[in-house]
Amino acid sequence: MTRGRFAFIIGCIGLLIGGAEVLRSPDVSASIVAASMLATMLRFATPLTLGALAGLLCERSGVANIAIEGMMLSAAFGAFLGAAVTKSLLIGVLAGMAVGVAMATLHAWLSVSLRVDQIVSGTVINIMAAGITGFLSTEVVRRQALVGAGLLPALRIPVLADLPVVGPVFQQQPIAWMALLLVPLTHLVIFHTPWGLRLRSVGELPRAAHAAGISVIRTRYTAVMIGGAIAGIGGAYFTLESVPAFEPLMTNGRGFIALAALIFGGWTPAGAWAASLLFGAANALHINAQQFGIPVPAQIVGMFPYLLTIVILAGVIGRVSPPAAVGTPYEAD
Amino acid sequence: MTVGGGSVLGIPPSSEGYVLEARGLTKRYGSVIANKEVQFGVRRGEIVALLGENGAGKTTLMNMLFGMTAPDAGSVLIDGGPVRLQSPRDALALGIGMVHQHFMLVPPFTVAENIALGVEPSRRGILDLSDLEAQITALGRRFGIDIDPRALVKDLSVGQQQRVEIIKALYRGARVLILDEPTAVLTPQEADDLFKVLRGLAHEGTGIVFISHKLREVLDVAHRIVVMRRGAVAGEVLPRDATPESLASLMVGRDVLLRVEKAPSVPGNPVIVVRELVVNDDRRVRAVDGVSLSVRTGEIVGVAGVQGNGQTELVEAITGLRATQSGSLHLGERDLTRATVRERTDAGLAHIPEDRQRHGLVLPFTVAQNMILNRYYRLPFSRWMVMQAKAMRDQARDLVGRFDVRPANPEARVGSLSGGNKQKVIIARELSRDVRALVASQPTRGVDVGSVVFIHGALIAARDAGAAVLLVSAELDELLAVSDRILVMFRGRIVGEVEAATATREEIGLLMAGGVGRVIVPATN
Ligand SMILES: Nc1ncnc2c1ncn2[C@@H]1O[C@H](COP(=O)(O)OP(=O)(O)O)[C@@H](O)[C@H]1O
Ligand SMILES: [Mg+2]
Repeated sequence: MTRGRFAFIIGCIGLLIGGAEVLRSPDVSASIVAASMLATMLRFATPLTLGALAGLLCERSGVANIAIEGMMLSAAFGAFLGAAVTKSLLIGVLAGMAVGVAMATLHAWLSVSLRVDQIVSGTVINIMAAGITGFLSTEVVRRQALVGAGLLPALRIPVLADLPVVGPVFQQQPIAWMALLLVPLTHLVIFHTPWGLRLRSVGELPRAAHAAGISVIRTRYTAVMIGGAIAGIGGAYFTLESVPAFEPLMTNGRGFIALAALIFGGWTPAGAWAASLLFGAANALHINAQQFGIPVPAQIVGMFPYLLTIVILAGVIGRVSPPAAVGTPYEAD
Repeated sequence: MTVGGGSVLGIPPSSEGYVLEARGLTKRYGSVIANKEVQFGVRRGEIVALLGENGAGKTTLMNMLFGMTAPDAGSVLIDGGPVRLQSPRDALALGIGMVHQHFMLVPPFTVAENIALGVEPSRRGILDLSDLEAQITALGRRFGIDIDPRALVKDLSVGQQQRVEIIKALYRGARVLILDEPTAVLTPQEADDLFKVLRGLAHEGTGIVFISHKLREVLDVAHRIVVMRRGAVAGEVLPRDATPESLASLMVGRDVLLRVEKAPSVPGNPVIVVRELVVNDDRRVRAVDGVSLSVRTGEIVGVAGVQGNGQTELVEAITGLRATQSGSLHLGERDLTRATVRERTDAGLAHIPEDRQRHGLVLPFTVAQNMILNRYYRLPFSRWMVMQAKAMRDQARDLVGRFDVRPANPEARVGSLSGGNKQKVIIARELSRDVRALVASQPTRGVDVGSVVFIHGALIAARDAGAAVLLVSAELDELLAVSDRILVMFRGRIVGEVEAATATREEIGLLMAGGVGRVIVPATN
């Protein structure tokens, strides 16, 4: 992740918020626009950030992960079920993480141990997640008339949360806070610890890692499973922080947007986070356009992040390459 | 200079004093016996050269000694005691270091990060490379290896990367250093530097095993030479008792004529005519800076030069793999400056590329398929847009025999062949048709003695059949033996031309280094 790229993404976010200010109808106050843009952006970015970090750990170890969507969807269901049955939101989050780890373990078993094509394995997980959660939500949730245990309450930082405009930043729900915390933590682990160095070596040139006495298989399993836990937290967002219910396919493609954010951000935590915020900001503009009285069709505004993705992936502001070994199963001889 | 007993050809060597020893190591891959009850050892401060044709089992033996491959039978001994090496980690812990044929360095990592890998120094869980960086610099100073610990490996030359590999092994406390074909990728100058380092290490007590195909350097550097043939040790000699010929016949199992036999050339009309060619490299820096040359039918023109002086770009421009900025290329009367690769092929230009894995072959394809890559779209291989399997098979069967490709199986995957046999597949494909001009780039890089002889013979046969041959090589001996005249490239220009029959290594070396040379023949434009 280059500084320039990071600055570019932040600039685009500024442009979106600035654009909302410029285009708003005079009846809406500037500070209301800014505050609700910030709040919506952060909310929308939470599952994207977590999904992107999950994918990052996985891909940095050399295992392609298009299964973020499936992992988050099944974790959303697991979190809902856990919370509904035990009436404990904390157990709900833990259940979401456990389901995320289980799905990730399956992905690792298929793609690392059995050396199934990683894209095929990811597709299997996505299809399976949609099928099983859809089935269980009708068979178990509806039939047993399970109701959710409510939503995780917002945690406020006193004083700061009362500030005008930036107040919403300091008043977020626990999973959103967790996402913010995991960004620097993942950065630290990946770039500044021995394990992170090993992880990256396994994702770049596994033979070299093996020759240096590192177990490629174990490192990949660990990375994919930790990624699964993070995706699990991201999944819990949908049923414990967003709406207190499970609906089939409720992740609605956000696992794939998280993957785009990961690529967009050049496989770095800070970059993935910034890209998630950008998608969040574009979404905020999209859903608030009418309320702000912005005279641009919402669909056009909604296209913005995708257009940007195409521009970035086409290499207009410099290319970033994925970890070199992504997609290749490792076979020691 | 010699350590150990006298010449022991045929007699089992005494295993006394071996730091690292193989006893009866055997390894099978399916039906192939890669190693058959191999006895081998190295002593403190000794440099042992391991020779053998491609596929003789050298890499397999070294991998077993390094714990990378598990033997089917036999044992590895360190300081006379048997050890079980389950992974490279065990070998490293016991003081065995290895520089692999394909480097084991992570390109986007720094030198220090690569060396730290597996034994990362940390402070309270956080990676801390500052001491390591100082140690790398210190180790480098001690052994005359100049390396910046913070440089990214991907920015280093091949020679520098190799030095990183050596430092890595030394940092891990290697008492024995194994190097698999360390000079195959080096320029002669870099190879000399490497041997200086190896001699220094041996002097300080490190035992060294290196694999090589280059008989001259083996005779120069080794204290003892072990020759492998078909998975077994064929013999062991001391350099003072050996000649290149005796080593070659020990490797191949029959007498080998190393001297290249060729009649004086009878050049005719110019075929490859290059005028004022300008070509950029990948970084868009001018790599070929106004080169003019011509190659006539019936002659071999060699191009000498230190790697990176524009030879690669020149060849790529002539063969159509790289765009030219200005200047022209003609094949006979025909202007091919902007022609596609297929147009050049159809015009009679053949190419033996420098990087045979990437530009010469489709590795997952079979030998038969690879042999028609330059004509699959024509009769008899393609009829009404349908591939003709029988025509392909018949031709492959014929070529495999004529060009001595081993195994002689047209259905084998090319990727599974040894380097020398891969090269023979390319040569068979390129030369088994009417060829007006042949551009051969490093045609014998990394191939064994037997194949070298064969490839040189094929180049000369092409010449005698009337082709114009342009030969680019980093091996001066090869250029002197095979070419009729030699051009020297320096910084993208041709700075001199010498007659191969009378030129000396020194003369060419001086020109390669940018010195002013005596131009024996005026440039033929
Ligand atoms: N991983 C492997 N799988 C199958 N066959 C192998 C493998 N490695 C080596 N071989 C075979 O073992 C033999 C010895 O190979 P190798 O040790 O690489 O030879 P060398 O290094 O002397 O060229 C060859 O016939 C080769 O094809
Ligand atoms: Mg080898």
